[in-house]
Amino acid sequence: MKKTHIVLLVVIAAAIAILISTAGDASTYVGFGEAYQMATAGNTKDIHVVGELKKDKAGKVIGIEPGRDLVSFSFIMIDDKGKEQQVFYNQPMPQDFTKSEKVVVIGGYNGNVFEAKKILLKCPSKYQEQKVNV
Amino acid sequence: MVHYFVGDLGHFFVITSFVTALVSAFAYFKATTSKSLDRQLFWKQNGAAGFYIHAVSVVGICITLFSIIANHYFEYHYAYSYSDTKLPGYYLISTFWNGQEGSFLLWMFWHAILGIILILTNKFWESSVMTVFSLVQAFLASMIMGVVLPVIEVKIGSSPFILLRDVMQNATAFKMDPEFIPRDGNGLNPLLQNYWMVIHPPTLFLGFATTLVPFSFCIAGLWLRKYTDWVRPALPWALFGGAVLGLGILMGGYWAYETLNFGGYWNWDPVENAVYVPWLVLVAAIHTMITYKSSETALKVSIILVITVFILILYSTFLTRSGILGDSSVHSFTDLGLSGQLLVYLGFFSLVAFVLCVVRWSEIPSTEKEVSAYSREFWVFVGVLVLSLMGFQVLLPTSIPVWNKIVSLFGGSSNLAPPPDQIGFYTKFQLGFAVGVAMLSGVGQYFWWKKADPKELWKELQFPFLLTVLLFLVIVQFIFFQYSSEIFKRPGFLFILFSGILTICLNAKILLSLLKSSPGLSGGSVAHIGIGMMLLGILFSSGFSKVVSLNNTGLIYSREASDEFNRENLLLFLNEPRTMAGYRIEYKGERLEPRDKSGYINQNDVEFTDDPFLVVAKRDVLYHGDTLYHAGDTFEIMNENRYYEVELTSSKGKNHTLYPRIQDNPTMGMAASPDIKRDLSRDLYAHVILRSEAEDSQWSEMEEVKVAAKEQFFANDYVCSLENVQRIDRIGGTLLDSADIAVQASIRIMGEYQEYIADPIFIIRNRMIGRIPAEVRDLGVQLTLNNIHPETSQFTVGIKTRQKDYIVLKALEKPWINVLWVGTVLLLTGFTIAITRRYKEFKKMKEKGLE
Repeated sequence: MKKTHIVLLVVIAAAIAILISTAGDASTYVGFGEAYQMATAGNTKDIHVVGELKKDKAGKVIGIEPGRDLVSFSFIMIDDKGKEQQVFYNQPMPQDFTKSEKVVVIGGYNGNVFEAKKILLKCPSKYQEQKVNV
Repeated sequence: MVHYFVGDLGHFFVITSFVTALVSAFAYFKATTSKSLDRQLFWKQNGAAGFYIHAVSVVGICITLFSIIANHYFEYHYAYSYSDTKLPGYYLISTFWNGQEGSFLLWMFWHAILGIILILTNKFWESSVMTVFSLVQAFLASMIMGVVLPVIEVKIGSSPFILLRDVMQNATAFKMDPEFIPRDGNGLNPLLQNYWMVIHPPTLFLGFATTLVPFSFCIAGLWLRKYTDWVRPALPWALFGGAVLGLGILMGGYWAYETLNFGGYWNWDPVENAVYVPWLVLVAAIHTMITYKSSETALKVSIILVITVFILILYSTFLTRSGILGDSSVHSFTDLGLSGQLLVYLGFFSLVAFVLCVVRWSEIPSTEKEVSAYSREFWVFVGVLVLSLMGFQVLLPTSIPVWNKIVSLFGGSSNLAPPPDQIGFYTKFQLGFAVGVAMLSGVGQYFWWKKADPKELWKELQFPFLLTVLLFLVIVQFIFFQYSSEIFKRPGFLFILFSGILTICLNAKILLSLLKSSPGLSGGSVAHIGIGMMLLGILFSSGFSKVVSLNNTGLIYSREASDEFNRENLLLFLNEPRTMAGYRIEYKGERLEPRDKSGYINQNDVEFTDDPFLVVAKRDVLYHGDTLYHAGDTFEIMNENRYYEVELTSSKGKNHTLYPRIQDNPTMGMAASPDIKRDLSRDLYAHVILRSEAEDSQWSEMEEVKVAAKEQFFANDYVCSLENVQRIDRIGGTLLDSADIAVQASIRIMGEYQEYIADPIFIIRNRMIGRIPAEVRDLGVQLTLNNIHPETSQFTVGIKTRQKDYIVLKALEKPWINVLWVGTVLLLTGFTIAITRRYKEFKKMKEKGLE
């Protein structure tokens, strides 16, 4: 075979390996219910859960509790399917956490508790602001 | 009074720029396809005229938008959303590209300049290249047009000149008064208020703009069937693009390091990846173009790569601006509803390029001879493949949201999410590829510059190779004793170390011999040495980075949380040192920043007035021995900023004081920024994650003591002494009536390191008693003058205490990060040398008429 063909074959093999590895390492977006089932089935991969913070009728965020050591906190999140879950996060509350429109937590269930390793925030779009600061 | 004219003028300029871009594209198209020379000249002149008018209108758009921002016309959404009256001048400039419309405009601006340069420097290629160029400009102009097509009711573009009331149609303020103008704007996000925001976007967008140039040359070459001639004029532009785009990306990394608080310079965030991948492909393209110039091979690959670079830039524009990354990126940008338009933009040029390639493919000359494994072409080819795989590996996971969208369009559902540990995932692949790139960039140079004979080659390689092994062993020893005795458990690190040193040594030898003969050709070796240094810098600063604030105090956290979490944040009470990771760390207190002088001021030294930005010095304010202000001076402070003085003492006794910052923006909330102490051999990096809020801590019950003047007592375990009590006739600037009596006590408190003075006030006004307490925040003590007993010359002092101020700190040590920055400088120097060389070649050939 021509040398260039050999090289190309190696490249294609590498590309396929990358594809497989990516698919293997990729996470999934699930709801809390599914995440719990995955954990009880022994699947320890980190998953993404999208949801919103629990708010009271006035729209204020409730359910946030600082940890006893002051460097962690827990909050209550409602996933896209409506299930509520308390989430623990082992670092202090991120900036603008309560202002976030949507919250993505990455982590998994540990027993009955959801532990988040990472939190992604999506701050409200300015176009949706209905109040003008006078 | 709403300023309508300026917005209308801006809008007019936008439409003009769109129309003239189309006109110019059309004229240049006709110029390229005309048969007679007269017609060619006629159309060419029209095309150029069109483009010049286009450039003028782009400048016009910029000026109008800037005047809206600079004059604070908050009736316009752009000025309202991204600026306020308190913003300093240079940030007003960065407001310009804060919104998507503005950054499109910045891109168009650079294109306009590049286009004019192209017109002036290319006689033969002008018409064909400018056709592509103007067409792209037309697409970009359409992004900021903000017109609604009648009948089909389709909105084209998003104009930067929209009035605020048209954006927020439901706001009550506008329903009541359509002419309402807000008095102040939203201001700039505190994280964006630093000088990087002024230089990083223009550089990055110049990089984007430049990638269009080689693409245009390539398309023009295919179009005109000049398959080989396009490389020479395009090469200096490709190099320039690689340098500027690379610089822009590095600026982004450096900015993240200095301002954001994740303690690093690269996050593998989709937005970062989206510009990193085209850059890798651009570097690959540069190498194949150079190969073509030397041996007339790799032409087809060059064509593919040059086109791919531009298409990837369009794709990255789509990724970042269409909102498709919504749930997976912290850079979630506002979706302006432009995703359809961006797709059309991407699709149009991809299609045109693809079709053109297919149609012309068989005509492109290519060498059929077998490439020897010892030839320069072969090794460049391997390097190019590694770079492409590197890019592919990053592109794939970044595009997972796109994959999900496509699947859902076909009726399926895919809930794939990007890998959770982003940094770990990408790093393991990319560093592996980087090892390959480093080795190839070293060994490949020998194949390039030296004879292809294997025996000769080995003779050449011997010395630098042995030097590499020697240096490698020395440095491994150093690492073993200094940083990590577990180095042998990390074979990956050893590979990175070896390949980094290898490419530096190999390229250094080449560089030395080139400097003797023809220094102008040294661009490649210098750049490769830069890459080697960057690799080593990354290895040390990230691989051996130490978390100085590692919390091993054994505090119990939530009982249900697992133990394996890394506790990298340290709780520090005021003036209570902790020893961690070889450093003694102590929080010394909250500091203020004066507006006009550099330095940090203790809050206890000043008194706030009614204006939160104005304070009065209670005593002489000193900073590092200099007297900044004298007692009684009134001066301005940057009230939104609070600095937290942290003192770190290394085990060798060296003292470093850092001032990480928290900025309290009324609309945006709290934003924390790190402070970095840079030394030659490492950076010390600290940022505050959390601070105690004065409102949160509870005051204790009041305890009373009866003391005489000069008598000592205790408050919160601190020694206090009532120095004196005297009558005052004004409180905070207000003069008292003659019937009122006010008395102020001066109480000296000995803190751990310094004395504080508390001066509570006791007033009798209108026959009622009032008491103004004095708080010393650093000590958590509040004193009130409760009662005066003139019979016994004693005073009752009320004492309240609370938990002391604290901060939660994260401190990192990043060793030898300067090697990384020096490497980047070398990389850019190498690029510059190469650009100069290739531009000179182009000019020489142009003068000979052989464009």
